[in-house]
Amino acid sequence: MAEHVDLVIVGAGPAGMAAAVEARRGGLSVAVVDEGPAPGGQIYRNVLEGGARDGILGADYAAGRALAAAFLASGAAYCPEATAFLIERRTAGGFRLGLGRPGRPAGVLVGRAVLIAIGAQERPVPLPGWTLPGVMTAGAAQTLLKASGLVPEGPVVIAGSGPLIPLLVTQYARAGVPVSAVLDTTPAENLRAALPHLPAFLASGYALKGLRLLAAMQRAATVHRHVTGLGAEGDAALEAVRFTVRGRAMRLPARTLLLHQGVVPQISLAMAAGADHRWNAARRAFEPVLTADGETSLPGLHVAGDAGGIAGAAAAEAAGTIAAAAILRRLGGAPAEGAAREAAARRAFARALRGRACLDALFRPDDAVVRPADEVIVCRCEEVTAGTIRALVRRGAQGPNQIKAFCRAGMGPCQGRMCGLTVAELVAGERGISPAEVGHMRLRFPVKPVTVADFAALAEDGEG
Amino acid sequence: MFRRLEPQRATLSLTVDGRAIDAAPGDTVAGALLAAGIDVTRRSPVSGTARGAYCGMGVCFECLVTIDGVGSRQACLVPVAAGMVIETGGARRALAEAPRHG
Repeated sequence: MAEHVDLVIVGAGPAGMAAAVEARRGGLSVAVVDEGPAPGGQIYRNVLEGGARDGILGADYAAGRALAAAFLASGAAYCPEATAFLIERRTAGGFRLGLGRPGRPAGVLVGRAVLIAIGAQERPVPLPGWTLPGVMTAGAAQTLLKASGLVPEGPVVIAGSGPLIPLLVTQYARAGVPVSAVLDTTPAENLRAALPHLPAFLASGYALKGLRLLAAMQRAATVHRHVTGLGAEGDAALEAVRFTVRGRAMRLPARTLLLHQGVVPQISLAMAAGADHRWNAARRAFEPVLTADGETSLPGLHVAGDAGGIAGAAAAEAAGTIAAAAILRRLGGAPAEGAAREAAARRAFARALRGRACLDALFRPDDAVVRPADEVIVCRCEEVTAGTIRALVRRGAQGPNQIKAFCRAGMGPCQGRMCGLTVAELVAGERGISPAEVGHMRLRFPVKPVTVADFAALAEDGEG
Repeated sequence: MFRRLEPQRATLSLTVDGRAIDAAPGDTVAGALLAAGIDVTRRSPVSGTARGAYCGMGVCFECLVTIDGVGSRQACLVPVAAGMVIETGGARRALAEAPRHG
């Protein structure tokens, strides 16, 4: 039988946890579905058990513990290690969610409202050799540190652009893990673009924190700036990293290469559900179109946190509270004292966004990063190169859906998560238009591979 | 390659491709493999080249392994359990030969 609740929340990071707490305060029945084994999402991964590493991970990480504890005490039904693979509108109202739970019976959840709070993923960084074992995202390495206290051994090189890099290098320094080099690919001209946003940034909470991290990174590792021409080399696994700095070609031995070019919203669930999305040129990413309450173009379907647009953990927590307050109003359970909490959350959200435009401009990846050379693999699953995609555009394929049909880019198990943005960028580049006009390849349910039994269980709802 | 910052408190044992490895409670399968020096999880079904965990958060599907006989599990999402039997190196699936009819 399908389980019925007022609100289904997908994701147990800051946005999902805050929304669950607020919705429960208003008396809604709430179910929270999350792929992780414990509450926290990626930012607060393992926060309830990971207290021993607070000294390494820092105060911002430890700050998530109170929210995770409040979430577990909220009375929301919590379903960890479960994948929401489908969200669809029911004719009788509300939404039906299909749950993939490997090794356990399939589940179907029905909610009067749904909040997608599945956060961000690392922006794909297509470059020569990025499929070699030993090359992974900086976020993956940080997750291993949070979840298991695992740190890389052997020559470690960290490359790319974005605030996670100085944070990770600082955390590794505190843990006594040497980093042989940081290859900063932030384009020189980004500094000029970020300048007009500098006053707001300086007035924000990020400025001092950021400068401290940059100083710590400088002490901990050799930092090469304005790096271009990044590539990973190796036969069966990573052996070296090549790059160019000030016109000079360099090569460093490496066992581990950690890549980062910022994070982008995970759009699979909202897009497959049919919610409108738009291109955010400043962030070079697609985002769902949302109201100030976080509601998508589909009434009753909300998105909060980084899944709705990258703004970080503090903004995500506030957005979760705001979305829950709006859902309470819609479903008719808003408690009188909730108004003050909602107002406080809206202030916190605005505060968290201050300075964000400066970060967006400073760390915006340039064409060289997101529109790789012809020989580079773009779709890792199906091994489709940038050159194949460009050639298809020249032969008349106008958009990502045609590209997908012609060369299978986006049709492997990751379902376009690792190539969708790059395909849109390459088509845009080849046609001389904006990715806004190209659009993202159509994402469809099931958004993750599931068993036939998981899919068949949807019929249990017995409702069209 | 990855190492553990802290000495392992409790260990549990997994079998990976017929070999026993130690893991810690709370590890994901992907984490336990990396800690044991195993950085190849699968082979690309297209070219057969080696692949390993890339995103560590359930997005890239590079860490697909067989766990207790169930294929294509995302190693970065599955917590370890004592006695788990893991097979790496999965790639193109062979089609069963069709029965011949005289």
